This record gives sequence, structure tokens and C-alpha cells, in this order.
Amino acid sequence: MKALPNVDVLIVGGGWTGLTIAKELGSRTPLSVLVLERGPVHDPDDYPKEMDELDYAIRKHSGTKVQDCSKETATLRRSPSEQALPLRELGLLIPGTGVGGAGEHWGATAYRIMPDCFQVLSKTVEKYGTKRLPEDHSLKDWGITYDEMEPYYTRAEKMLGVSGKAGNIRGTIIPGGNIHEGWRSTEYPTPPTVTPYFASLFRDAAASLGYHPFPAPTATLSQAYTNPDGVSRPGCTYCGFCNMYGCMISAKAQPTGVLMPVIKKQRNVTIRTGAWVRRIVRDNSAKEARVRGVTYVDDMGEEVFQPADLVILATWTLNNTRLLLLSGIGEAYNPTTGKGAIGRNLTVDFKTPAARVLMEKPLNRFIGSAPTGIYVTDMEAGIINNTDLPFLRGGILRALNSGYQPIGTFGPVPKSIKNNWGSEWKKAAVYWYDRIEDIRWDGEGLAYRGNYMDLDPTYKDVHGDPLIRLTMDWRDNERQMADFGTKKGVEAARVMGAKEIIPYRGLGHFDANPYVVTQLRGGTIMGASPDDSVVNSFQQHFQASNLFILGSSVIPHAPSARPTLTIISMSIRVSDAIINRYVKSPGPLA
Amino acid sequence: MRRREFLTISAASLGGLLVYSLDGKAFRLSAEDTPIRIPLKFFSESEAGIVAAATERIFPSDETGPGAREAGVVIYIDRQLAGPWGRDQYRYTQGPFLTGAPDLGYQGKESPAEIYHEGLKQLQNFDRLSAEEQDAKLKEIESTHFFDLLRRNTIEGMFCDPMHGGNVDLVGWQMIGFPGPQVSYRDAVGKYFGEAYRPKPVSLKDGQPMEEQK
Repeated sequence: MKALPNVDVLIVGGGWTGLTIAKELGSRTPLSVLVLERGPVHDPDDYPKEMDELDYAIRKHSGTKVQDCSKETATLRRSPSEQALPLRELGLLIPGTGVGGAGEHWGATAYRIMPDCFQVLSKTVEKYGTKRLPEDHSLKDWGITYDEMEPYYTRAEKMLGVSGKAGNIRGTIIPGGNIHEGWRSTEYPTPPTVTPYFASLFRDAAASLGYHPFPAPTATLSQAYTNPDGVSRPGCTYCGFCNMYGCMISAKAQPTGVLMPVIKKQRNVTIRTGAWVRRIVRDNSAKEARVRGVTYVDDMGEEVFQPADLVILATWTLNNTRLLLLSGIGEAYNPTTGKGAIGRNLTVDFKTPAARVLMEKPLNRFIGSAPTGIYVTDMEAGIINNTDLPFLRGGILRALNSGYQPIGTFGPVPKSIKNNWGSEWKKAAVYWYDRIEDIRWDGEGLAYRGNYMDLDPTYKDVHGDPLIRLTMDWRDNERQMADFGTKKGVEAARVMGAKEIIPYRGLGHFDANPYVVTQLRGGTIMGASPDDSVVNSFQQHFQASNLFILGSSVIPHAPSARPTLTIISMSIRVSDAIINRYVKSPGPLA
Repeated sequence: MRRREFLTISAASLGGLLVYSLDGKAFRLSAEDTPIRIPLKFFSESEAGIVAAATERIFPSDETGPGAREAGVVIYIDRQLAGPWGRDQYRYTQGPFLTGAPDLGYQGKESPAEIYHEGLKQLQNFDRLSAEEQDAKLKEIESTHFFDLLRRNTIEGMFCDPMHGGNVDLVGWQMIGFPGPQVSYRDAVGKYFGEAYRPKPVSLKDGQPMEEQK
């Protein structure tokens, strides 16, 4: 096998988290930093040509923007008694590939996690006792607190240029913002994006129901902005080609627009594309457990050993977990004995179309940007009182104007139309096309002992390595909460003057078909002890102190908020810990 | 190499609109151009006739606007099946192929191209039936994976960018008021509440809409 010269820091994966730490280490230290990315380079100058729903949102332009699942996918089963089958097409998950990763096509939702989520177990028990906890839960406190995270959230928001309206600045409550949010040290860098028609109807309805609606915080700029790194970007034009597309003017924060302009100037940072990492290599000669690099296959098919003093794994939830399992670094989780940590606490939040709303007037819903709209957080975990409710925790009710394209959204009709093809259906679907919109519920997903990842015994990737297997299903807590969200969504739709409301059918079983969320969480979770956690609170592997892990895989459960802003903030925190402490004195930080 | 097949249609049935050649060039047909032959990449001529008829029943032309025939849906599907999607280039196609719960997604071994070839055998002479008989025939196969694919592809062909061969002359987008890839709605967002705002649709081939933004 070809062996290359050693580098100081090796980062596996060139998405949001890997490139964030590459930017921090590259611009603040003289360390040599190498990023290995298996996909290609993305050029935002190409993005105007990619405003094509068929190729990008429907066919998902496999292999260049999103992971080519003909080469590697995951398998899914809902219980150990079911045969796990491969996700043969991308649908449930849309992982990115290439420099920028899924950060190029993400939805730019940039909402902070509620403070008590970081201490989900102790805060829940404090309020409701242990009796309310589901029998097979595996909830745990994360090992960091919101107060510790606040400065990093602020730095991440400034770096991305998050647009929004603060509702709590150092304890001062500000009407019009999110009055339920955790304290913020400062206002958002830019004001909220414009609220389009449907979302404005929802806002008014929500206010009349006694809620406290506020504009969704977006990592899409409402106006031109220059961040602390000196990177300037223009405001959003609401063209609607947002989620599933790269933003052609970089109004949406994407790694190619926010991080690459800084990284490109750092001579100590190299990004090597076409490098498919297959193993992290253990250092068996060292007294303490350490890793000494990785092996990868380059795009010519050649196996390469890349040594490094420090390895940072930043390849997304499933790949982070899979690489540790394939490399045998740490102990695989066994759901029967409860022993082992790699793979446990696979969790996901759930997004439901709580109420499909048919309105009398046209909505012009092609106008928008993925996260633009209105949130209601009065039913968020820690805010709502669960005493008399059949579930724990909570979620967000929201109405967004994401900028809809027709292939993916054409077809819904009133319930009275029974066909989904033919003249009657066509007439109705054409009439209602621009009059239908969803009020959605984003619910918090708990962690359970039976939801986990391991290596699939049957299916393999293109190199012959086992695929990751997801064992995952909803429990009654999620199902009950989804029904509650539906009730609240229908209530709001009535106040909005809907002509007809189609309530969500219910959560049922975990399903491979509809898109849920790419940011599954867990698998390499953080915590206080190696008995039930893979990394410590500085995201450093318990069994190898020169291996750090970034991304949603370290998050032990699934708050209602999409995790991207949080994992970027956590990556800045890890960068600080490496620069201020680890580099000076390598070894365990906690 | 397969024998080159053509779809022979009367230009009048396309309303004298744009069609796209194999190399993606648009050419306009006028109603006087009596029977014209469009080169097919995937279907045989008889298969194309069946698909054209079936997609027209799924998405008929009526008083609400054009249907699959005017939008060139059969040409769109022909191009898709001849391309990487039709060959399953990006689907995970390693075995074993086991059956499981439908909500674990399509688990079959057959590619879209194979599903069409097989599925069309059930629709022999379909294009010679009356509209009522055609609907009855489609009703029979409504629950098959083939029909699901045919229906999905029909919607795609109605509303894709015309560079893919469907949505000829933007007839689909005009019908539902979708303007295609536009430069900016900055002047429209926050306005036109409750009234239809309908900019003239553009396709990607109409030019690079974002150039002037840069």
C-alpha cells in the first residue's frame, strides 16, 4: 500500500463540520491540515445551471451532489425480527457528497436547541419523575449545557449570517422574537427574512390563538452581510431554488460560500477529493490507545495510507458510526446486554405535515426560501406542561414558504376526489396546485435502547465492506406527540379560514419512503463515561485521545430543532479546545 | 445495435409546438407539417404509441388545459428510460433481492427500463381502444409498480424543464402558474397577498437567469 507523508491534522469529510474545523485550525494555527473528501469539488458558479428540479430535487443528481447509493447505502429494519433491507434509492435520507457536503443543498434552518434539551434526562425527571419515562428509553444528559454552548452559537450565527429576531437577550424578553428561546448574548446578525402570504396568515392565526409566533431564524441572509472572517454575501432573492439546490448567489450559507473563501487562503490546508476512507488505523505500538492515520481508496482505485498525528472524523452520522465499527475502535453496542457504545442512541426528530390546508386564494408559493416563514414554540419541550398530556417533551408548529417546484408538489386534491389520475383528478390538481400548503409539526425524538446501528450481515458497499444497518422505529411517545401536533395544526388552519383541511394520517412505523431528515443523530454519542458514550464532552474518543468526532453522531437524542447550527457551533467549540489545550498538551481533555 | 425507431405523429396533435431532437436541439413544428417522425431512443414505435395513449389518459387534455400529448410526455419518458435513471445507474442494485414491507421502498431487481418493457406487454393494442376501454384497462393495473412509475413519469414529463423533452413550450408550467427558474422575486415577496402573481415562465435554456445578479 502506498504511504504518504505525515500531516499534523487529518480531517475525514469535507462538509459543514469538517470544513469549519479546517477553517479554524488553518487560519489560527500553523498546523498542516489535510481534508479527505470522497466526492468532487463544487463550484457555485455552476449553480445557476442547476436550477432544474428533475435532475436535482427528484433524481438527486447522484454521485456529484448527494451520496451515490449504488455504491453505498444503509439498510433498515424496524425491529430485530424484521429482515433489514437496503435503502435502494435515496428518499428517507439525502446525504451530501463533495466539498461542502449536504451543506450545499441543506434547508438553512438555523434554530438553536432549547436549553433543557442538553440536560434532557435530568430536566424531565426533575419535572415529571422517573415514572413517566418510557420503559425502554436511553435518554441521557449530553455532558454540556446551553450556557456553555451560548458563545459558540453566537459565533456560528455570525459566521453564517443568521437572519432572525431575538426574543431573549440576556434575560430581557423581546416581543416579536422567540420569547421561549434560551438567552442570547446578542441580537441576530441580520433581521428576519420577509414573511410571505401563507406564513403571514399562519402568524395571525397563531397570535389569535394566544401563541407567540415569530419569524423562523434562517441561515439565508435577509440582506447583504459581511461576516467576521470578511466574507461578504448578498441578501436572498426568494427564487425558491433553495432546499436541494446550491444557492447561486450564496445568500444561503453554504460551505463553498462561507468557509471555502477563507480556507482557500490558508497555505497549510489541503483538500484532497476522490478519497474514500475505509479504515481508521489504530496505533498498536503506543502505550496509550491512539490512532495513526487512515487508509483510503483514491479515485484511481489505489489503496493509500495517510498518517497523521490527530484525526478528526466528520463524515455524517451514519458514516462516522460505520467507520468506527469497521475499524474496531471502541466496543460495538449490544442492545441485549446494554454493553458497548458504538451505534447506540440512534434517534431522529420527526417532521409531519400536521395539517394540509386548502385555501381559497392563490398562494404564489413558488416564491420563498427553504426556511422562510413563521414558528410557534409555545409547545416546545420545557415550555409546554406534559403533566396531563400522553407524551413527554414537545415540538414546533410552523408554516414556511419554501419555494415549491411542481414535480414534487403537484397532485394533492380535496378528499372528495378519489382518483389520483384521469380528468377529474387533473382538473382538481391544477385548480388546487397553488392553493395548498402544509402547517407542519417538528417533534422531539426520544432515545430508546432498541433503536441503534450496527454492521449489516448481508449487504455490502462497492468495496465489499458491510453497510450500516439501522434498527429504528417510532414509539408511542412520538406517535402521541404527532397526533397532538396534528390537532394543533388543524386548529390553526381553521382560524386561517381554510376551505378544507386534511389532517396528518399519523406516524405509524418508521418508513423508508418519505424524506424525514438527513441528520439522524447518535451512534458515537458524547457523555461522561466510556460505558455508554463514545466521546467525551470535547468530542474526543475515550479509547483514542487523538481522535475527535464531529457532527450529529455525537448528539444523544433528537431535539425538534434541526441540528446543523448546533453541530457547527460544537465544531467551533472543539476547534477552541484543540487550539487552546490539546495542541499544547496532547491527551484526554475530559 | 437496435433498429432506429420513430414515433410518427401528426403535427396538429402537438398543436404546432416545440419538440426536442436527440441532441437536445429544439425544433418547431407547424400544423402544416403533416405526419412527422421523431426519433426514439428507447421505445419501439408501437410501445411509444401505447405510452402516448396511456399518459394522455393519466393526464388528459381538457378544458382546464393541455395534457400529456401536448407536453410531449412520451418523448420525455423515452429519453429518461434511455438514460442513467432508466438503467438504474444510481440505485443500489446488489442482491439478495428480498421482499419486505412496502414501506421499506422498492426492492425489485428490475430497472425502470425493464419494468416498462414488461409492463407494456399488458397494454398491447392499448392505443386502439376507446377512451373508456383505456380507462378500464388502466384501472386493472392501477396497483402495479409499473403504473405507479408511469404516473410519476407523466407528472415529471408535464412539469420538468423542457430541456428534458417534456413540458413542451412550457405548457405544463403555464397551466399551473409556475414561472420556472427566475432571477429574483425580491420585488414580489411580501406583496400580491391573495392574488395570483404570474411572471412569464422561462426555462433554463432561455438563458442563465442569475448572470445579472452576480
